[in-house]
Amino acid sequence: MKNSIKLILAVCVVGLVSAFTLKPTAEYAGYNIGDIVEDFKLKNIDGKMVSLSDYEDKLGVIVTFTCNTCPYAVAYEDRIIELDKKYADKGYPVVAIMPNDTSVKPDDDLESMKKRAEQKGFTFPYLIDAKQDVYPKFGATKTPHVFVLDRTESGFVVSYIGAIDNNYKDASAVTTKYVENAVDALIAGTPIKETETKAIGCSIKVAN
Amino acid sequence: MLIIFKVMKLNLIFIVFFALTSCKQQSKTGQELNEFSEAKAAVLNEELEIYDFNGLEKFLNFKDDKTYVVNFWATWCAPCVKELPYFEQLNEAYKDKNVEVLLVSLDFPHQYDTKLKPFIKEHKLKSKVLVLDDADMNTWIPKVDETWSGSIPATVIYNKNKKLFFEQSFSFEELENELKPFLN
Repeated sequence: MKNSIKLILAVCVVGLVSAFTLKPTAEYAGYNIGDIVEDFKLKNIDGKMVSLSDYEDKLGVIVTFTCNTCPYAVAYEDRIIELDKKYADKGYPVVAIMPNDTSVKPDDDLESMKKRAEQKGFTFPYLIDAKQDVYPKFGATKTPHVFVLDRTESGFVVSYIGAIDNNYKDASAVTTKYVENAVDALIAGTPIKETETKAIGCSIKVAN
Repeated sequence: MLIIFKVMKLNLIFIVFFALTSCKQQSKTGQELNEFSEAKAAVLNEELEIYDFNGLEKFLNFKDDKTYVVNFWATWCAPCVKELPYFEQLNEAYKDKNVEVLLVSLDFPHQYDTKLKPFIKEHKLKSKVLVLDDADMNTWIPKVDETWSGSIPATVIYNKNKKLFFEQSFSFEELENELKPFLN
């Protein structure tokens, strides 16, 4: 009897351990809507470090994974600047993060990021995920890829994941501004209608 | 909606000619400029098969005896370009085994002439190239596959019995390994 209890316990322990060590599959990796975001600290183009916790006096943050080299990201640059201009004063500034490995994409290195930010007049931090350990936590897969965070008592909560709007080609032909709708809803205290959207983007580059 | 320009070729040449001559004689009105650029683009694009998603959808849903390997790519996507030869190789190696590779380009319309067509020519692509031009991506991406976040390269392998979706890059061996179970 004693032995069989031991055996059952042993089976349970093995089961539990393997349950927690199994790797999550790619599509489920990263934050979901409602998850609390861990703090991160990344280097900005001015050489200073920027943390999410620096934004604790804001209502939230529009975290945007973007880069210099992806044509879709480039197509959205002006619209990312507009988002910051429109929402920084309302408490939801943009924080841009460049997630690519710069040995694969040399034109995404810190110096190039700095140049691009100057050319375009970025009004927000443009951080480099040099160790590539921040984007996987978000579950970002591509550029551009936006995560709207809302600050609550328990931390920054993921409130929207996806695209900026529904027309990458032509800003004037956009009929639904997903990110603006999400932030407007947060400001108004109403539910976000579309919390997740899909868009084509460039896969985040990792060294082989 | 397949945009067929071939039948309209004569008309278009006439419009181009008309637009050119009329532009010389008088100041260009907006409409003439528009006609001219549309006609010019049409003439240049006549060899591309350009679809919106409604038009493309049938290529993802054939119910015949073939197995289809549908790769979403673009000339500006480095990992896509890198794996393209493996899709070409697969198409060549398995065409006698009822397999067809379809290469769906997501190139930007303004680069069809400057990037996409020269690329197809230069690399002598033998697999069928389709061009998807549909900006409402949030509507069509989940129709390709619910799990697709939207990054490319992405590939669908399907036949009338089953379908697999991959949001990843492939080597030839990996591609072959995924294809083989479809052929049994």
